Amino acid sequence: MSALQTLGDVVAVAFLLLGALLCLTAGIGLLRFPDVLTRMHAGTKPQVLGVLLIMVGGAIRLQGWSATWMLLLVAVFQMLTAPVSAHMVSRVAYRRRHVRRDRLLVDEQHTAGQDRLYRGDEPADAPPEEPATALAERVRENREDGTR
Amino acid sequence: MTIVYWLTYGMLGGGALLALVRLGLGPSLLDRVVATDTLLVIIAAGLAVHAGLARDPTLVPVLVVVSLLAFVGSVLVARYIGGMLLRSADDGQDVGLPEAAEERAARASEGER
Repeated sequence: MSALQTLGDVVAVAFLLLGALLCLTAGIGLLRFPDVLTRMHAGTKPQVLGVLLIMVGGAIRLQGWSATWMLLLVAVFQMLTAPVSAHMVSRVAYRRRHVRRDRLLVDEQHTAGQDRLYRGDEPADAPPEEPATALAERVRENREDGTR
Repeated sequence: MTIVYWLTYGMLGGGALLALVRLGLGPSLLDRVVATDTLLVIIAAGLAVHAGLARDPTLVPVLVVVSLLAFVGSVLVARYIGGMLLRSADDGQDVGLPEAAEERAARASEGER
């Protein structure tokens, strides 16, 4: 029993150390990378893998079902929310030109420019979509999808 | 065990400190949002590490709150700027947002050459 517990402790401490190392890498990446998208790439390392490792390590050490369920909840919540917030922030960053466009390999939003076709992530008090331009935009997108 | 304490808290503290430096330097609002997000995640990781190393489950509910807070904060700021951009014809300068810091830096470095 005690040998098993020691083994569990060693594994848990290794997970905790790895997670802490990922947090340190995130800080270094945030400081060294050139624009918002690359900084976000560095900052998301501890958001998913680091938090997962630390949660597993903590769950092994804590050994109680209530704590384990709550740590599992935090991990699942991180995996659900990290892509959503990253998507929203990077979209705004592109529109605000906080992205080094000369360093992009693929730039699919470049032709779109102003959003004339609403896609469901605009605020409730946004000015109404203009039907004619939205229709033209939709037809253009459908044609581009067909040729692709 | 003491070495493990020093190593984990040292690495977490170093990461948090570097994220704070990025939070202070900017240069744009979105850089600060990304830095705050990372900082909150590191704080949550620190709480979990403390709970794990000290075998103390009282801090675990705080973790849920902190991870919720990080998500709500970054999405809120992104939606706020996105709403301003929607009224703008270009990249937001005509509705009162400042010039993108990356463009300003690029122009400054071209002027030096």
